[in-house]
This record gives sequence, C-alpha cells and structure tokens, in this order.
Amino acid sequence: MKCGKLLFAACAALPAFAQAADTGFNPNIALILSGTYGDFESDPEAYALPGFPLAEETGPGEEGFSLGESELSLSANIDPDWYGLLTVALTGEGSAEVENAFVQTTGLGNGLTLRAGRFFSGIGYLNEQHAHAWDFVDAPLVYRAMLGNQLGDDGVQARWLAPTDLFLEFSAEWLRGEGFPAGGGDNDGRGSWSAFFHLGDDLNESHSWRAGLSYLSAKSAERETASEYGEDLFSGDSDLIIADFVWKWAPEGNGYERNFKLQAEYIQRQDEGEFTPAETDTLPLDVTSDGWYVQAIYQFVHGWRVGLRHSRLKADEPGAAYAGTVLDTQGHDPSVNTLMVDYSNSEYSRLRLQFSRDESTAESDNQWLLQYQMSLGAHGAHSY
Amino acid sequence: MKHLIRLSITLWFALFLRTVGAADLQVFACEPEWAALTKELAGTHAQITTATTARQDPHHIQARPSLIARLRRADLAVCTGAGLETGWLPMLQRQSGNAQVQTGRPGLFEAAMQVTRLEVPESVDRTQGDVHPEGNPHVQTDPRRIAQIAVALSARLKQLDPAHGNDYDARLADFSRRWSTAIQRWEQQAEPLRGQRVVVHHKSWVYLFDWLGLQEAGQLETKPGVPPSAGHLAELKAELSARPALMVIRAAYQDARADEWLARETGIAAVELPFTVGGSEAAKDLFGLFDVTLSRLLQVPQ
Repeated sequence: MKCGKLLFAACAALPAFAQAADTGFNPNIALILSGTYGDFESDPEAYALPGFPLAEETGPGEEGFSLGESELSLSANIDPDWYGLLTVALTGEGSAEVENAFVQTTGLGNGLTLRAGRFFSGIGYLNEQHAHAWDFVDAPLVYRAMLGNQLGDDGVQARWLAPTDLFLEFSAEWLRGEGFPAGGGDNDGRGSWSAFFHLGDDLNESHSWRAGLSYLSAKSAERETASEYGEDLFSGDSDLIIADFVWKWAPEGNGYERNFKLQAEYIQRQDEGEFTPAETDTLPLDVTSDGWYVQAIYQFVHGWRVGLRHSRLKADEPGAAYAGTVLDTQGHDPSVNTLMVDYSNSEYSRLRLQFSRDESTAESDNQWLLQYQMSLGAHGAHSY
Repeated sequence: MKHLIRLSITLWFALFLRTVGAADLQVFACEPEWAALTKELAGTHAQITTATTARQDPHHIQARPSLIARLRRADLAVCTGAGLETGWLPMLQRQSGNAQVQTGRPGLFEAAMQVTRLEVPESVDRTQGDVHPEGNPHVQTDPRRIAQIAVALSARLKQLDPAHGNDYDARLADFSRRWSTAIQRWEQQAEPLRGQRVVVHHKSWVYLFDWLGLQEAGQLETKPGVPPSAGHLAELKAELSARPALMVIRAAYQDARADEWLARETGIAAVELPFTVGGSEAAKDLFGLFDVTLSRLLQVPQ
C-alpha cells in the first residue's frame, strides 16, 4: 500500500477500509478466580462484634484454605438502548448465588440512567464495587457492622448526571428490603429506599477526587441475625447517613509506575423499633451508632502496592435490659488496623498478603490472610 | 431569599447554556491525535475536549468523574476503538447517561475500525499478553491510515451536523491536499530507514513499520502489556549481538529505564518518539507529530 504517493481520493476508496466485523464475544464473559489462606489466633467461627448484630458471613474470613469470592459475569449491550449484567458468585461451600442481575438503560439520554434487578446499592463509595476491586481482602469493619459487608438488594435505581463541567450526580433507589440492615422484605417487598449524590472533578492532570453523601432508609420485619447467643430478631427502622471521599494521584495522570489513593467513609446508623435478643423477651430499641474507616494505597513500583487501613466503630448503649445480649457493648469501641501488600504480575493476576490487628472485642486478635485473585476473559472496565 | 433563588436559577441556566449552546458540535476525543484530526476537519464548528494526554498510557486510564461529566455532554466521541479503551470507555459510556455516544450509534466514531488492521490474532489467549481480538489498535502511527480515517470522520461530522456540510467538505479537501504532500515528503526523507532493524518497547509501532518498511528486531515487553523482565532483556541483548539493530524506540509515556539499559549494553540508540500529538514540544499537531517522528528516527546514524 503506497497510498502516500497515490492521489488521496483513490487511496481512501480502497475496498479494504470497510468496517471489519467485531471479533469480540457477545456477551462478554469474565471469570474471577479467588482463594484465600487464613491464619487467626481466635476462632473466626466465634467472631463477635459487641453492640452489633451481624448479618450472615460477615466474619473476618475462613481459617485455612478456602475459596474466596470467585465469580462469573456475563454482560453485554442488549440493544442500542439496554445493557445487562449477571454475576454469579461461587461461595466456599460450593453453592452459587446471584450477586448481580440487572438491566440498565443506555438510550434515555439527558444524563438519565435507570436500572432494575438485583445490584449493589450505589450508597457510599465501596459498596458498589465488587469484592475483587477492593484493595483489601475483606470489607472495612464499619461496612461489616453497618451494611453486612455490602448492601445488595432487588429493586430499581435512577441516576441523573447534571450537564455541568463538575461531575454532579443525583440518584435514588427503591429496594425490596432483604439486604442488611433491612430484612424480611417489609412493606410488601418495598422495604428500603435510598438517595445519594456524588460530585467530583480533577484538580489537575495528576489529582482527581470524588465525594458523596448518601441516605438509606431500611425497614426490617423480623430480621434474623445470628450470634454466639443464638438467633436475634429485629423489627423497625434503620436510617443510615454515609459520607464518602476518595482522592487519587498519579504523576501526570500516568499511574503505570506509581500512584496513590486515599479513601475515607463515615457511616451513622440509627435503629429504632423492637429487638428480640436470643432467649429473651422483646425489648424496645433506639440506638444511634457510628463508625468510619480511612485507607491509603500506594503503588511504589509497577506491580507492587502497599496499603494501610484503620477502621473504628462506636456502638450506642442500648440500656441495662440488654446486658449480656448481642447489643451489649461491653464498654468497648471496636477497631481494626490492617496492612496489606500485593503484587500483580499483569493486570489480570494479583497475589495479596494482609495482616490485621483486630480489636473487635477487648481481646485482640492477629489475623493473616493470603489471597490470589485472577481475572479471565473480558477485561472488566473498573469504575473510579 | 427570593433573590437567592433567582440568582441560583440564573446561575444554573448560565451553566447549562454555556455547556450546551457554545459550539455546533461537542466532541470528546479519547486521544490527542483524534482531537487534532477533528480540529483539522471541523475547525470552529467543534468544541473539543481531550480525555488523555501523550504522557498517559491510553490502555490504562481511570474512569474519572471529570471524564464522565465531559462525555455526558458530547455529541460525538472520537476514539481509537479496536479494544484500546476497553478498560475505561465502556464505564464512561454507561455512566454518562448519554444515548448518542453509545456503541453502535453515530455519536461514537472508532478510528481503528475504519482501516485495515494488522496483527489480528487467530485466537485470543492471555498467555500472549494483552492482545486485542480486533487487531493492533495503534493505527495513528501510519499517516496513510490517518488519511483514510479523515475521510470517514469528515463524513461522520457531516452526518451529525448537516448544516455545515459544505464547510466539512472544504476542510477535508484542504487537509487531504496538505496531508498527501506531507506524506510524500516524509516518505522521501525516510528512504534511508527502509529495511532497518528496530527494537520496540511495546507493540505500538506496527503501522509505522508497515509504512516505512522497518523491521521489528524484538520487543522489550515480554508480552504486550507485560513489563520487561531481566531474563528477557538478557536474551534480547544476546540476539542483538548476533543480529544488530539500529535503535530501540518507545512512546513518550513509557518508562525509559529498560530502553536505556539495552542501549548501554548493546550500543544501539534509545529513541523516544511522541507517539501522539503533544508527545514532544514540537508535535503540536498531526503534521508536527510526523515531522518530529521522522527527524528523531533519522537522527540516528544509519
């Protein structure tokens, strides 16, 4: 092809320039394989967080070898107006569980996007991200206590992005009310709703940020949680306020060699209603607890990152009647300090070592976790 | 209070009108070369925002809030396609709430899909590294392909903004004339390079090599997207002592250390090329991009 020496028009008319068929797969298939090896001083099966009833599978992890959050995703543009995604998570026990299954509009325009199905709520910053996109093996302590690690539920979501230079997004969700801190699908399966907004921008080529404020109203109708004392029930309202902030740095926006990320979230939850501690009578409850985490991740050379996280909780005293139950704070404010280092051989594979000094109870625990995370198939585009 | 409400409504509308009504076409260019081409072809009819710079690796871009906000207002996104932006553009598209720039709509223009691509793999296996099923996406290093892309992009601009159709035709004719003259000049200059062996950092230059008749003498990355390893570099050094090459080339955004090590060890030249508009001070537009590329390649004694 010596086009340059030909007339331009003749060059442009060569037949080979027609659109080539897309040889990509449809739908995109992405498989995440993940597994952990855990070593704990205290038995993680007996994990408790005084003052907080815990949702299922919200402990510090499994002892020994276990399959982590391995998941299979299928996604595609359905037609010019719709996008759909299914994520099936494979749990350590060998069962499969639908984590995400939703359809989303792409054709409405005017900054509006609607979604329906099962999805992770957009509240906060970390909640919407899949576990494999987290920078640590586990969710921060405050997510474990307040959101059962991560709030996913069935429902609908609307997002509107303002036509401004500043990123300004307003969203709302209406959910079934099965996802913790809701439970039991109250109000005939319309038990939770949320509203949140995000704003964000670049400071310059090297610095970018996003901040958000979220509100969640979660109703519970005989929500079951298990603890060392047995099964507890809660009926009532939980109101959450979440403030989140993330700031990222990469020299001239090129994070290949070095980059830095700082993120922090604060969550306050008010629970009001009736609580039935295991083997006790139903008692009135009105407590407002809060907690936060802050974490920093630094990639100091291509492939290698270190991270530090501090998370802290403060449970409200529910009153003398709750002494000896799961809600008894035992006068202790739980906290965890976590250190991690991970290595990525390519953008598809990662090995991670994590150490936590867990002070969930007055007795502290040293926890080691070794994790692999591999991504096969389609590159998933990651959100900010 | 009334004042305050009125003021905030006015501000809101001012913001809205400024961003919606300013130019005829709002263009979101994924890479600087397509911003430069759009500017050549649309002139003042387009207001262009560029998502990445020459210092950034277009494979690895964060789906930042600012980019989502900019894509939200675009009438046209001009991107490379062929999988280059697969790690970030789909996320921007889905979060933008902008129907026009979705895949398959006229508001998304994929430059690489307008030309014949090289290195289209028969199978995609990640043991081969980050290979794209659509073929090598780095088409902007061949000016002949840019000429073809210009024709398709101009047609797209006309389709989206028919009111200025004559202007787009005139600008395309003018650009094409200047561009083919420049290509002739570059090809004459590059004659001594024909058949020379050149090591590449990443497989970014296959179209440049196709154009100038250069021979690839190896790549620093073990596999596309997998960084150079000590063992691989040692092998490459041994290969080069048996069959010498003229130089090792890299893009402005790539880390120079492995290139410089190889240059020291083997005595070949390490050359940084702009790769896109803005990749060097003189590469201010597409013409400058190839002027700089050619002059840097020719600086190395043949």
